[in-house]
Amino acid sequence: MLQELERIETEAKAKLALVTTADALEAWRAEFLGKKGALTAALRSLGKMPPEERPAAGQRANQLRAELEALLAEKEEQLAQEALTAELAAGAIDVRLPGRPQALGTLHITSQTLRRITDIFHGMGFQVYRSGEVEDDVTNFQLLNLPPDHPARDMWSTFYLTDPGLLLRTHTSPGQIHAMRHYYPEPFRVILPGKCYRFEQVTSRHEFMFYQVEGLVVGHNITMADLKGVLLNFAQQMFGPERRLRFRPSYFPFTEPSAEADMDCALCGGKGCHLCKGTGWLEILGCGMVHPQVLRNGGYDPAVYSGFAFGMGPERIAMLKHGIDDIRLFYGADVRFLQQFA
Amino acid sequence: MRVPLGWVRDLVSWDLELPALCERLTLGGLEVAGVEQVGAEWDRTKIWVGEVLRVEQHPNADRLVLATVDYGHGVLQVVTGAPNLHVGDHGQKVVLALEGARLIDGHSDTLRYQTLKRGKIRGIESAGMVCSEKELGISNEHEGILILDADAPKGVPFADYYGDTVLDLDLTPNLARCFSMLGVAREVAALTGQRFVEPEYPLQTEGPAIAGQVEIEVADPDLCPRYSAALIRDVHIAPSPGWMQRRLKLAGMRPINNLVDITNYVMLELGQPLHAFDYRRLRPRAAGGVPAIIVRRAKPGERMNTLDGAQHTLSGQELLITDGAGPVGIAGVMGGLESEVTEQTVDVLLEAANFDNISIRHTSAALKLPSEAAQRFGRGVDPELTLVALRRAAELMRTLAGGTVARGFVDLYPGKAPLRHVTFPLAEVPRQLGISLARQEVEGMLTLLGFGCAPTGDGTALEVVVPSYRLDVSIPADLIEEVARLYGYDRLPTTLIAEEMPHLRPEPALEREERARDVLVACGLTEIITYSLNTLESEARLAPGAPLPDGTRYLRVANPLSRETEYLRQTLMASVLEAVARNLRFVERVAVFEIGHIYLRQEGQALPAEPTKICIALTGPREPRSWLAQESANMDYYDLKGIVEALCRHLGVQGASFEPGTHSALHPGRAAHLLVNGQVAGVLGELHPLVRQQFDLPEQAVCLAELDLAMLIAAAQPVARHTPISRMPTAKLDLAVVVDEAVPSDRVEATIRETGGALLVDVVLFDVYRGQQLGAGKKSLAYSLTFQSPDKTLTSEEAVQQRDRIVRALQRAFQAEIRS
Repeated sequence: MLQELERIETEAKAKLALVTTADALEAWRAEFLGKKGALTAALRSLGKMPPEERPAAGQRANQLRAELEALLAEKEEQLAQEALTAELAAGAIDVRLPGRPQALGTLHITSQTLRRITDIFHGMGFQVYRSGEVEDDVTNFQLLNLPPDHPARDMWSTFYLTDPGLLLRTHTSPGQIHAMRHYYPEPFRVILPGKCYRFEQVTSRHEFMFYQVEGLVVGHNITMADLKGVLLNFAQQMFGPERRLRFRPSYFPFTEPSAEADMDCALCGGKGCHLCKGTGWLEILGCGMVHPQVLRNGGYDPAVYSGFAFGMGPERIAMLKHGIDDIRLFYGADVRFLQQFA
Repeated sequence: MRVPLGWVRDLVSWDLELPALCERLTLGGLEVAGVEQVGAEWDRTKIWVGEVLRVEQHPNADRLVLATVDYGHGVLQVVTGAPNLHVGDHGQKVVLALEGARLIDGHSDTLRYQTLKRGKIRGIESAGMVCSEKELGISNEHEGILILDADAPKGVPFADYYGDTVLDLDLTPNLARCFSMLGVAREVAALTGQRFVEPEYPLQTEGPAIAGQVEIEVADPDLCPRYSAALIRDVHIAPSPGWMQRRLKLAGMRPINNLVDITNYVMLELGQPLHAFDYRRLRPRAAGGVPAIIVRRAKPGERMNTLDGAQHTLSGQELLITDGAGPVGIAGVMGGLESEVTEQTVDVLLEAANFDNISIRHTSAALKLPSEAAQRFGRGVDPELTLVALRRAAELMRTLAGGTVARGFVDLYPGKAPLRHVTFPLAEVPRQLGISLARQEVEGMLTLLGFGCAPTGDGTALEVVVPSYRLDVSIPADLIEEVARLYGYDRLPTTLIAEEMPHLRPEPALEREERARDVLVACGLTEIITYSLNTLESEARLAPGAPLPDGTRYLRVANPLSRETEYLRQTLMASVLEAVARNLRFVERVAVFEIGHIYLRQEGQALPAEPTKICIALTGPREPRSWLAQESANMDYYDLKGIVEALCRHLGVQGASFEPGTHSALHPGRAAHLLVNGQVAGVLGELHPLVRQQFDLPEQAVCLAELDLAMLIAAAQPVARHTPISRMPTAKLDLAVVVDEAVPSDRVEATIRETGGALLVDVVLFDVYRGQQLGAGKKSLAYSLTFQSPDKTLTSEEAVQQRDRIVRALQRAFQAEIRS
């Protein structure tokens, strides 16, 4: 009997090693563990054995059944693994093929730049104040210290409308008057973004329509040192913490003192290159302390209040940031240009 | 303005290197836009100031001479054909170029350089060359050689004698005082910490007094604060000396003759425009007497010939200089043809006047005569300059033109004003600049700039006397700028505002507008910005067959750059469609939007309304072309509507609905109005085929919408409270109903939602079917209904009950039939 069990074990193990499919495994199970299988037959023949040998043989037979069942489970697991591996292998795709294109939209580069500027100034307590693009001569010029025939009017080539006294604003500065009259008598900080227009031949450097962002702060104790600090903070957030600003005297009739702010050229690090025309500096904005008469025109007493103002061109800032060399690209609405700023 | 530094050095000295000087000027407000080194290309070892020792005939050529030239370091013989060197000449100072010098080819019409070689000309060796102005690059003059002034130093490199550094200053309008060497010199002095010494100009007068030889009247003193004149007799017209011609050229003016050159030279040097009249051609008044000058406004229609040969008909606004019989000059702008200095002029009446700058600006602009004089007068000239300039010019006419200067000047000064005084509170310095300076420091800076300073009684302010040339200073803020400028803007501290931050208020309009941008970008659209100016024709293309719109309804530019940019647009549609057409030349799929203003006249108001519009345009394949989507259907009305719906939903617009609508630009069967609470807030649809043609668009659906941002924002409500989400299982049922074609599908859906109540959590229309089985004029709408309870599991019976209620409601409302 024990010899018979020995033989079954040897044969079962040998045959199991040859099994490679689920069907063959089932056949193997039937052959050795099934109701009509070899082991079952061996167990049935236990009764014919002398009683004193039965316990040992029975123990051995049960042991063998457990062992074969374990081998069966192991083999099942192995076959399932192989089947899964084969299935996965059959499901392979070419992962190098292009993905499904997504038609994402793009915010206009000017909108992106305006948002960045707005975010930075929001962080310094500035609000956004907007006013109209069609203005009258009084607000666009006269209340900003530019009476008719003032020599400085040459600085703003103007589109006049056929309606007497109306024009397309040449700068966002008339918004200073509107903002002061809106906020009076509170101290305030605003930026005034918007479209402006100038009667200028269109070239790679000049557009007849462009955006400006004006800034205006009016308070009880606002100094030119504050102006420098706020603008330096802006430039460093916009262009990087290592940027420096240089302020030099300039002239705007509505500020005094007036200044032009130059930023050190990021391309050459201030050594001089084609971008900064060898000077190491890039002009980025005009600014100054609000002229006392302009404060007065806005309702604020210049003996009590002081303020500063600045104005910058978001296109110029975007051009510097992205190396754009032609301002006409901004409003030509070519999506091949605009979609680059995703 | 071009500023030869050698000229400025006549008036002030400095010891800064050139780059440092340029930086100092730029940081002082006189922006150096360019630096030109004149003579940088003249080799200092090969091009010299030489002296002609003798000139002999060339033995083999009639037209050539042999010139022997001493250049201090040797003597050379050169062959030349210059017509201004003659046999027997000696002593002329010339420019001698040695072998190897690099010069411009004088015979070439284009700028070409060549290196001088030793060579034989008609058998005689020429060891070098005497140079013309053209060969040196000074001018195009190549007739004769350049003859230098007699005192030119032999043996000095020509570059050292004739070269100079010319600064190109970019002067802002407030720097009128710097439009002269004198003005720049004053700034250089102040910016280098020196007290400027005003130049003194000696004058030798020998002739009989001017009084009684000319009668001068200022009839319109409001436009002529000062009129001064000098008389110089017996002048000899000739070319001006080389040094003067050289400086004029460096400063950008063309030499004419000694008299004209002197007036220009003094103008450049001092900033006072001068005019020289031919005294003998000035006529007395009708009653007789001496030559007369009357300064008066023109009479309307009066005519005048200026010395540039142009004839002008005057409006009556212009200020004229007339003699006893008629106009002889447009004051401050240009002299007249009849009285101008000519080769025959013997006696000169020299005018140095001061004119009202606004009047000059008007006249110069109206007559299109932007002369050097008009530019200076237009910016403003120091009225105290007239006599200084007359002294300087008269003495030059005496010494350079051999004239005799009459004793005394005529000097009418009806507009003489006292020097301005400004009380300057010292507390303004910290208040405006954020620094504190001692009184002595402020005084020191202002004194360097020529201001007179004295402390007021209590010492808290300065009593400042403004020099006459500082026309730009009248209030303390002007002085603050001067202090800041001299202190150095760069030395001011850099602080963030110390004052308490004002309260920030919400900016809902801005936030919603930016939200709209984000939603549209998220829908896959590219934002464009197009020009606000357009043509009537372009807007007319949106209404095929209709006449051109009435231009008077539009705001119109009076001075447009071109006809293409003449009218302020009243719709974004035209410029957006033009942009779509342009893009379709390069890409097959365009999905864009613009958010911008239109401009509408407002009854009873001067300024127009500028409402903000959103314009959306879509055309081309729905999916970008790829190997996964070789053929994609084109975008159509429903793509556009989906975007508009998404925009409304994400802006929180309440009460939006769509109704069939009409618009001249849109396909009549594929156009809708967006209604917000019953008001039309926009229009959307597919483009009318004729409009498509007008804009050169291809034959495919082009979808276009224009919405009013303010109306959307007005109906937008922020999410008030969230709706709880149920964890209970959902039950989904389909429902297909057949209704008349005329029944609006959104009404059907509204009825389903109303009837379904709280348990109906979602309704999706998933099929619309029309077909023969349904019969003509019928459509089938298939909905997927999702039922869910907040707090229990719905049984399928409960879901079916709900559906049946809905069915009954649809039957009542629309005579709907249920389709199985």
